[in-house]
Amino acid sequence: MSLNAAITGVGMSDIGRKTGRPAMIHLAEAARRALECAGLTRDDIDGISTYPGKADNSPGMSPLGTGEVRNALGLKTRWHSAVPDGPSQMAPIQVAAMAVATGQARHVLCFRALTESSSQTATQRASIPGAGRARLGGWYSYLVPAKAMSASNWAGWMAQRYFHEFGMTREHLGLVATGQRAFAQANPSAVMRTPLTMDDYLGARMISSPLGLFDCDVPIDGACVVIVSAADAAMDCAQAPLTIEAMGAALGSQETWDQRPDLTTMGAHDSAADMWKRTDLRPADVDVLGLYDGFSIFVPYWLEALSFCGHGEAKDFIAEGNIGPGGRFPVNTGGGQLSGGRLHGFGLLHEVCTQLWGRADGRQVDGAKVGACGMGGGFIAGSMLLRRD
Amino acid sequence: MRPLPELTPENTAFWTGGAEGKLMIAFCADCAHAIHPPQLICPKCWSEAIEFKPVPGTGKVYTFTVNHQPWMPDMPVPFALAVVDLDGAPGVRVTAEVVGMPPEAVAIGQTLRVTFANIEDVWFPQWEPAQ
Ligand SMILES: [Zn+2]
Repeated sequence: MSLNAAITGVGMSDIGRKTGRPAMIHLAEAARRALECAGLTRDDIDGISTYPGKADNSPGMSPLGTGEVRNALGLKTRWHSAVPDGPSQMAPIQVAAMAVATGQARHVLCFRALTESSSQTATQRASIPGAGRARLGGWYSYLVPAKAMSASNWAGWMAQRYFHEFGMTREHLGLVATGQRAFAQANPSAVMRTPLTMDDYLGARMISSPLGLFDCDVPIDGACVVIVSAADAAMDCAQAPLTIEAMGAALGSQETWDQRPDLTTMGAHDSAADMWKRTDLRPADVDVLGLYDGFSIFVPYWLEALSFCGHGEAKDFIAEGNIGPGGRFPVNTGGGQLSGGRLHGFGLLHEVCTQLWGRADGRQVDGAKVGACGMGGGFIAGSMLLRRD
Repeated sequence: MRPLPELTPENTAFWTGGAEGKLMIAFCADCAHAIHPPQLICPKCWSEAIEFKPVPGTGKVYTFTVNHQPWMPDMPVPFALAVVDLDGAPGVRVTAEVVGMPPEAVAIGQTLRVTFANIEDVWFPQWEPAQ
């Protein structure tokens, strides 16, 4: 039931905090590494895809569009796309899969570049929509002016409701944060690699209750490239193709963060349910997961959305050791965004692919063949299942 | 200073109702559906007959968060943000700062009532304890 599309290469720049390197230099480095991984050359790339496109709606959030990247890398493309309103940060991968499956392109360079770390100042925080503008429109104009300025506030009130209904505590989220840090220690490209104990986690300052400092991901400068190829073209690449088994983009929520009737669920639940309708694989077939962790609370939401456990059961699922190092369903084995840095979902997918190719030195999940990836928090979401045959 | 919402035909009644002490919510004149954030068309029946009506201005806390991070240099912290299920507008929540009580006293299920803070041409709903 798979799509005629596969991931054939991934590449990540040397990411970091306040790198002082321009976004394009990060992007070029990621592209070079992805092509090398895939065994392709620049001239093989005939499509380009990104999320959200060049945008200044929050500082450093998306400094590069497809046009600049085409210019800089000297690409001649048959197909291009930038998707601000798609299934989350996964949108460029999903549309690229459809492009190659319908013959619009053979090898699509999908990219995400951020300079949120370098762009942060006292008055220009990363991830504050509309930062620096006098008047706001759209859905966030009902939140940001009301002093609900940050996604940490929005995720905070989701977590508060979830805690209230299901008895989750900060210790459960602490297991997510410390477990991912343990993974990051085995990943040389993660930005946060010093040990993190539960005491460190619980003792850190509160950001927006019940979420503290280590529940929030880390703004970075960096870029990531994922190459999506047509199934037949993928056979010529250096790596075994990672077939896109299924993907989901369903969206049942109103476009905002406070009106979904049940805020112990989110867009992830809609997209994941739709993905599972398109495959015979089941959660038990999955070996490794990449789940969006802009905030730690999204990990239990995604686990439930993807049916790895029932609604309200994620706290026990996590406490039983399922998702950390050595667990049955390891999540964000590169450290995720909490410890690896916020590459906006692309970093999570990069790690899932690295695992499926057996190249995750020091943290490799034995015999990983099927990977699940969920990107997005709140009302946006995209889900994907990858398979190495 | 915090950014302000851009006032538009569909949202002006919501953002300025506080000038008369009223929390104004958009309703569909044809099917009575309560609509928030306000928009020009009813998402339930596609009617364009949208009317603003005052609601009682009370509601129950569905969830909340206490913000400790100053997102702007002059932002006093901590403060609580409550996501409140509105009385008189089924399915509608209004998220606003809680004033008149310590942030740590906010709880799910609590009844709050609206008050307004005026900045330029905008009257921000805020939540305070219902007596
Ligand atoms: Zn109607």
